Amino acid sequence: MDFIQNVPFFSIMISMFSGIISSILSEKWAKRLNTAAILVVGIMSGALLLYLCRTGIGSYIFMMGHFPAPWGNEIRAGVLEAGMAMFFCIVMLLSMTGGRKKLFDEVEYTKHNIYYILVDMMLSSLLALIYTNDLFTAYVFVEINTIAACGLIMIRQNGRTIEAAVRYMIMSLLGSGLLLMGICMLYDLTGHLLMSNIKEVMAEIMANGTYRIPMLVTVGIMTIGLAIKSALFPCHAWLPDAYGYSTVSSAAMLSSLVSKGYIFLLIKIFYRVIGLDIIYSSHIIGILFIFGLCGMLFGSFSAIGEKDIRRMIAFSSVAQIGYIYMGFGLGMKEGMVASVYHILVHAATKSLLFISAIGLTDVSAGSRSFFALNGSGYRNRIAGIGFAVGSLSMVGIPIFSGFVSKLLFAKAAIINPTWKMFPTVIVLAISTILNAIYFLKTVIRIYTPEDLTVEKEKGSYSIRWDEQKLYAATIILFVVLNLILGMNSRPVIHLIETGLANFA
Amino acid sequence: MSRLIPEEEYGKRPIGALRQWMSGVRDPYLNNVEAKEKTGQGEESEEQLEEYQREVLSVIRKAQDTANNSQYTLFRKFYRSAALICCLTLTLMLLITVAYLPPVGNAGNPAHNEVAAKYIKDGMQDTGAVNIVTGMILDYRAFDTFGESNVLFIATCTVLILMRNDKKKGRGSAEEEERRDSFYEPKSDKILQTSAMILVPFIILFGIYVILNGHLSPGGGFSGGAIIGAGLILYLNAFGIEKTEKFFTAKTYKWISFCSLSFYCIAKSYSFYTGAHHLESGIPLGIPGNILSSGLILPLNICVGLVVACTMYAFFVLFRKGGF
Repeated sequence: MDFIQNVPFFSIMISMFSGIISSILSEKWAKRLNTAAILVVGIMSGALLLYLCRTGIGSYIFMMGHFPAPWGNEIRAGVLEAGMAMFFCIVMLLSMTGGRKKLFDEVEYTKHNIYYILVDMMLSSLLALIYTNDLFTAYVFVEINTIAACGLIMIRQNGRTIEAAVRYMIMSLLGSGLLLMGICMLYDLTGHLLMSNIKEVMAEIMANGTYRIPMLVTVGIMTIGLAIKSALFPCHAWLPDAYGYSTVSSAAMLSSLVSKGYIFLLIKIFYRVIGLDIIYSSHIIGILFIFGLCGMLFGSFSAIGEKDIRRMIAFSSVAQIGYIYMGFGLGMKEGMVASVYHILVHAATKSLLFISAIGLTDVSAGSRSFFALNGSGYRNRIAGIGFAVGSLSMVGIPIFSGFVSKLLFAKAAIINPTWKMFPTVIVLAISTILNAIYFLKTVIRIYTPEDLTVEKEKGSYSIRWDEQKLYAATIILFVVLNLILGMNSRPVIHLIETGLANFA
Repeated sequence: MSRLIPEEEYGKRPIGALRQWMSGVRDPYLNNVEAKEKTGQGEESEEQLEEYQREVLSVIRKAQDTANNSQYTLFRKFYRSAALICCLTLTLMLLITVAYLPPVGNAGNPAHNEVAAKYIKDGMQDTGAVNIVTGMILDYRAFDTFGESNVLFIATCTVLILMRNDKKKGRGSAEEEERRDSFYEPKSDKILQTSAMILVPFIILFGIYVILNGHLSPGGGFSGGAIIGAGLILYLNAFGIEKTEKFFTAKTYKWISFCSLSFYCIAKSYSFYTGAHHLESGIPLGIPGNILSSGLILPLNICVGLVVACTMYAFFVLFRKGGF
């Protein structure tokens, strides 16, 4: 075994250990340790990705302990896993640097090191969700992820965030409970917790016809549990408050990473536990499809009606999650690839939008209302550029990343042989127009100049980029990431395709 | 531009409007799509303002009068019945599913396979622990248990965020809030103090026994730690925070949980690393049944026990006082 194959194990342990150490460190050192941990894990994952691509090893199993798989724990790494880990690290690092100034304004200084503990722990749980090959390990880390996310929401202490955290907790625990119940029943039916073993028994059960009904219920419960946790349409009520009022780094990470971790786990369960044939022949996929379509429309409608810019971006997340589930629901490989690509696109774009929106509201006397934003794109130019790029990407303008995933969705829909083709294409078109309405409306507003006297009256001010170097660098890097995903999509798609092929 | 109809009429037709939009003469979004700010404020007379205020007040009163608001009651009825229906459907579905699951205790169940058989057969030999459950959670599947103890750690962190009061002096500080909350509590209850005096040493001793014998008899870090935590809480309730602060402060908590979790992390990382590379770990398993046996399980049990005890106690103190 090459030394580099230790990377998944090292990255989980490093992020967890840095969380534990942060509990005795001062705020300053906890911050440095957090940045270092994310950087190191990101670089290591990148190296692993390169190694896996070069040598052509599809995926390999890493034993966690002295005992082989069904008795001990194991993790599994492949191209897609390594790539996802690297991407999550990049987005997390940028989200943290982009919201650093805001953290000082909004969170009590004495509690900063707890914030970094939570972020470290969240990183480790995301990595574990990415690499795990065992359903129970996945559940344990889902738990850590949920609690960390709750803490990230309520660390900015005002009434709205506490309320949002309570809502998030209730909905998220409902999802976790359903997932746990599903895992228990799956264990009862198959006698295994290891993904590959369950899949073998599952195929047998489905072929024999014994325990068919409880198996379908189990699969349904697990899917719905994870769908609730990642805010699929009818269960999204917790989302706008949780993303809209928490401190900006938390909002960016929650929207772009936490929900994506659960979706990635769901993909893993589809491929490695249930098996694609079984899930595609069941009606569960159809339900995901319909709710995905509804989410695409209703998320956008809610966003159009919203007058608070942060909440508008949050509602747009509902629509984007709808896209991802719609891709699952198409019931074909191309749809799955498009969904995974959209996970990347959404993660890169939504965190950019949240972080640039905070720059715009800051120069508008802190008001988040639309009316105050007039001309804010001139007052904080770098944030204006970031917001414009994010908006164009979400609408799906070519050269930005959103275009590629929409193109992939449309392509997948057109070659779909079932009834799902027309609804997908029509809703895709309508949703794009709706996206354009609310995002471009905001972009036009931030670039509509405001009278100087009015600006002074409202208490807004201008800020140059050299007064906020870290923030500007973050936005520029995010824009570059977006452009890379938008203009250089072929290798990424190839990576996703090989990764998904290794999954099965 | 049309040659057949005059300019004005042409502009009103849809095709004309489209043309104007394309050439940039007219912007259909302008003043239409965006919500507008109310203009002309501050120009009303006193009377109008008063009327406006009265209106606002009446609306607020109407909105707060939940008993007579028909819309609200209807919504509540709908909400409750929908919630009831959802819960009942889910319950019914799960009950029906349970009826289809393999019967409990049947020898032919799928869960009775080679996994459980190996745990029972080779458990003692592989891990050195007489108690198979402990061997399973702290050796076979130690990675999961490491995650589980981190769940406790991170739960304490979130409770710290919510409850810790960092204000040192003045109104709303932790000291003052505690004094206000416990104003009516009996200060030194003789019965409670005497019984605590007798019970606490035994409780803590029992907790230590459960932790140290985790690999030999039922019990282990989680249960033993909970017992010790309960003993500490009883002591705190009987003698007050001043007594416990002498040996257990926020600093103690921080260092104990840091040390035990770091030890867990480092020890298990070593064991995972050697396991994955098929190296000998070099940790002797000892003779099964002895107190000093089963390799890493005993120290790990102690670590988990310390973390659990501290967590329980910390929760209690945070809820009571908002800080140590």
